[in-house]
Amino acid sequence: MADIDTIQTVEALAGDKYVHGFVTDIEQEFAAKGLNTDVIRFISAKKNEPDWMLQWRLDAYERWLVMDEPDWAKVSYPRIDYQDLYYYAAPKQKDGPKSLDEVDPELLDTYKKLGIPLREQEVLAGVQGAPRYAVDAVFDSVSVVTTFKAELAKVGVIFCPLSEAVRDYPDLVRQYLGSVVPVSDNYFACLNSAVFSEGSFVYVPPGVRCPMELSTYFRINALNTGQFERTLIIADKGSYVSYLEGCTAPMRDENQLHAAVVELIVLDDAEIKYSTVQNWYPGDADGKGGIYNFVTKRADCRGDRSKVSWTQVETGSAITWKYPSCVLRGADSMGEFYSIAITNGRQQADTGTKMIHLGAGSTSRIIAKGISAGRSSSTYRGLVSVHPKARGARNFTQCDSLLIGKTCAAHTVPYIEARNASAQLEHEATTTRLSEDQLFYVMQRGLSQEEAVQLLVNGFVKDVLQELPMEFAVEAQKLVAVSLEGSVG
Amino acid sequence: MLDIQNLQVCVADKPIIKGLSLQVPAGEVHAIMGPNGAGKSTLSYTLAGRNGYEVSGGSATLNGEDLLALDASARAARGVFLSFQYPLEIPGVPALTFVRTAMNAQRKARGEPEISAPDFLKRARAVAASLKMDMNMLKRGLNVGFSGGEKKRMEIFQMAMLEPRLLILDETDSGLDIDALKIVSEGVNALRAPDRAMLVITHYQRLLDYIRPDRVHVLAAGRIVASGGPELAQQLEREGYEKYETAA
Ligand SMILES: Nc1ncnc2c1ncn2[C@@H]1O[C@H](COP(=O)(O)OP(=O)(O)OP(=O)(O)O)[C@@H](O)[C@H]1O
Ligand SMILES: [Mg+2]
Repeated sequence: MADIDTIQTVEALAGDKYVHGFVTDIEQEFAAKGLNTDVIRFISAKKNEPDWMLQWRLDAYERWLVMDEPDWAKVSYPRIDYQDLYYYAAPKQKDGPKSLDEVDPELLDTYKKLGIPLREQEVLAGVQGAPRYAVDAVFDSVSVVTTFKAELAKVGVIFCPLSEAVRDYPDLVRQYLGSVVPVSDNYFACLNSAVFSEGSFVYVPPGVRCPMELSTYFRINALNTGQFERTLIIADKGSYVSYLEGCTAPMRDENQLHAAVVELIVLDDAEIKYSTVQNWYPGDADGKGGIYNFVTKRADCRGDRSKVSWTQVETGSAITWKYPSCVLRGADSMGEFYSIAITNGRQQADTGTKMIHLGAGSTSRIIAKGISAGRSSSTYRGLVSVHPKARGARNFTQCDSLLIGKTCAAHTVPYIEARNASAQLEHEATTTRLSEDQLFYVMQRGLSQEEAVQLLVNGFVKDVLQELPMEFAVEAQKLVAVSLEGSVG
Repeated sequence: MLDIQNLQVCVADKPIIKGLSLQVPAGEVHAIMGPNGAGKSTLSYTLAGRNGYEVSGGSATLNGEDLLALDASARAARGVFLSFQYPLEIPGVPALTFVRTAMNAQRKARGEPEISAPDFLKRARAVAASLKMDMNMLKRGLNVGFSGGEKKRMEIFQMAMLEPRLLILDETDSGLDIDALKIVSEGVNALRAPDRAMLVITHYQRLLDYIRPDRVHVLAAGRIVASGGPELAQQLEREGYEKYETAA
C-alpha cells in the first residue's frame, strides 16, 4: 500500500510544485482576534498552565510592547498588523487526545497525506516501509499526538509537547526555558515568549544515547493564524540525541506568520544533532501568499566537549529570517552549521548562523550553500565571534552561492570579531552562475534540461545533504529538485 | 549513417559553417583537419545540439532521422556522443554517478530498463581497466582538479560506457602524453563497429597513425575544401593549410 502511496507522492512532486498545499477541513477553535493580555490568558488557560508560566508570558508581552520590529535583514515585506491575526487555533476535541483512536480521522488523514508516520504499530512492524522515528505532530497551536513516548521513557528520555512538560516537568522547564534565548532577546522571540503555543520538549538523561530519531512535524492550517512554535531540548552529560523538524502549510493568498524559538542546552560531553527540513508554502510565482518565517534558534554548549550540529534545508517560506546559533561556552565545545537555502519565484531568505566562542579550544564549522533562482534573493549573514578567553578557538567557514538565471540575487555578509590572538579563522566564499556550458555538457550525455539542473544542484549541495539523517536525506534531495523545477529555460 | 547536406550555421549572428556537406557511412572513421577557427568545434556542437548554434540552412540526419529537430539529450539517446575539446567540471558529482545517471536517462528515453548497480559497476571496472584508469578517480567530482590529459581520458571512459552510435572526437589527442595517446587510441579503436560511425577532429597526423581513418577531410572557413584517403593527412602535415585558406 505504502509503496503505491510513495510512488504517487513522487509523481505528484513531479507534476505540481507545492504538494502540501491542501487545507484540512476541520472545526477549529480560535482565540479572539488580535493580541492583548486577555488573549494571552486564554492561551495559558487552554494549556492548563501554572501561574508562573502565565506570569512569564505576561512579562514578555509587556517587554514586547516597547520593542521595535528589526529592519536590518535584507528582506522587505508590508508591515504586519499584529492585531489582525489569530494567536491560537486548535482542532475542536475533548481535553487533549489520549490515544490515536480518539484523534479526529480528518487529522489522521492529513498526516497520512503528508507521509508522517503516526501509528507506532505500523512503524514497528515495518508496515508502509515507514522509517522508524518518533513524531510529535503539531497542528496549528496544539500537539495532536506524540509517538513512542512510552518506549522512550524506558530509557529515561522525555519527549512530549512543551505544554505537557510545563505541567509534568515544571522544574526542568523553569530551569531551562528562556535560559538560551532570553525573553527579550529580539522582537520575534519576545513575541513568541508571550504567545507561544506548541512545540516539543526533549530531555535526555546523563549517559543515554537516544535510541531513535525524534522529530516534530509542524503543520499550519488555519487562516490568518500565527504559529508560535517553541522547542526546548536538553542533552544532559554524556548523552546524544538526533532531532528533526519538518514543516508544511496550505497554499493561501494571505501571508502567514511563523515566529519560532528553539533552545538547545548541551552539557558536558553531550551532543545534539538538530536538522530542519523547512518546506513552508513559499507563495506563488508572483509573490502572493506564503509564510513569513521569523525564527530564533540557539544552542548553548554549556558543557566541556559538548557538541551541537545544526543542519537545515530551507526551501519554503516567502520570507526566511533565521540564524541558528551556537554559544560555545564549554572548553573544547564544538558547533557546526550546515545549510542549504533555496529561493525561487519571489522568495527572500536572510539566513546564516552565529558562532560565539567563549570556551578555550572551542571550534566551529560553517558550510552554507545558497541557491537562488527566479526573481528571488538570498543572503547569507554570519557572525564568528571569539572572546578573549577563547584561547585556541578555531572556525572554518565556507559559503557558496549558486545563481540560476539572471534575475536573482545572492549576498554574503560575514562578520568576524576576533578578540583572542590565538584564534584561527578561515573563510572561503564563492559565487557561481549555473553555466550554459555545464548544462550542455550534461545534456549531451543524455539528461533532460530538468534532470541536468537537478544533477548540478545536487552536486552543489552534496556536502550539506550528507549531514542529514539517512531517513530524511532522500526526502530533502527530492525537495531540492522540486523547489527548482522550471527555474531554467 | 551520418549525412550532412549543405549545412549553414551561425553563432551570435555570425555565419561560421557555410554550406558543409559530409557523409560518414556506418562502420567508417573519418578525420577532419583544418586551421584554427575553421569551424570544426562549431560543427561538432551543432551536431550535438548546443543552444546558440543557429542552423540557417541545410540538413543533418543520422540513419535517416533529422538530428536538427531534436534537443541535445534526445540526440544523446539516439547515440550521438561528443568528446569535448574542453571537458567541463561537475563539482560534487562523482564520474561513476554521472555516467550511471546518463546511461539510465538514455535508456529511459529509449524505453529500456535501467542498468542494475552491480552490472554497472562491473562494466565500469572493466572499462576503467582497459583505459588504465584508477577507480578512485571515478569516485571524485567529475573532472574536478583533473589534468588536461586526465579529462580527455575521462571523456573516452564515458564514451566507452555509453556505447554511442555516432562518435565525435574533438581534439581528443591534444593534452595527451605519448603513452596516454596510445591507450586512448586503443580504447577508441575497440569501439569501431559495423554499426558505428566516427568523426575524429585533430590537428596532428600522429593520432591518425593510431586511429586509422577511412577518409580525411579538410575543413577551412566553414566548408569541406578537400577530401581524400589517409595520405591527405600526411600531405597536410608537410604542406600546411596555406593553399586551402586561399581557396576558401
Ligand atoms: N560564441 C561565439 N561568438 C562569436 N564567434 C564565435 C563564437 N563561437 C565560435 N565563434 C567563432 O567561430 C569560428 C569557429 O570556431 P571553432 O571553435 O568552431 O573553430 P575550430 O575549427 O574548432 O578551431 P580550433 O582548431 O582552434 O579548435 C571562430 O572564428 C570563432 O571565433
Ligand atoms: Mg575546436
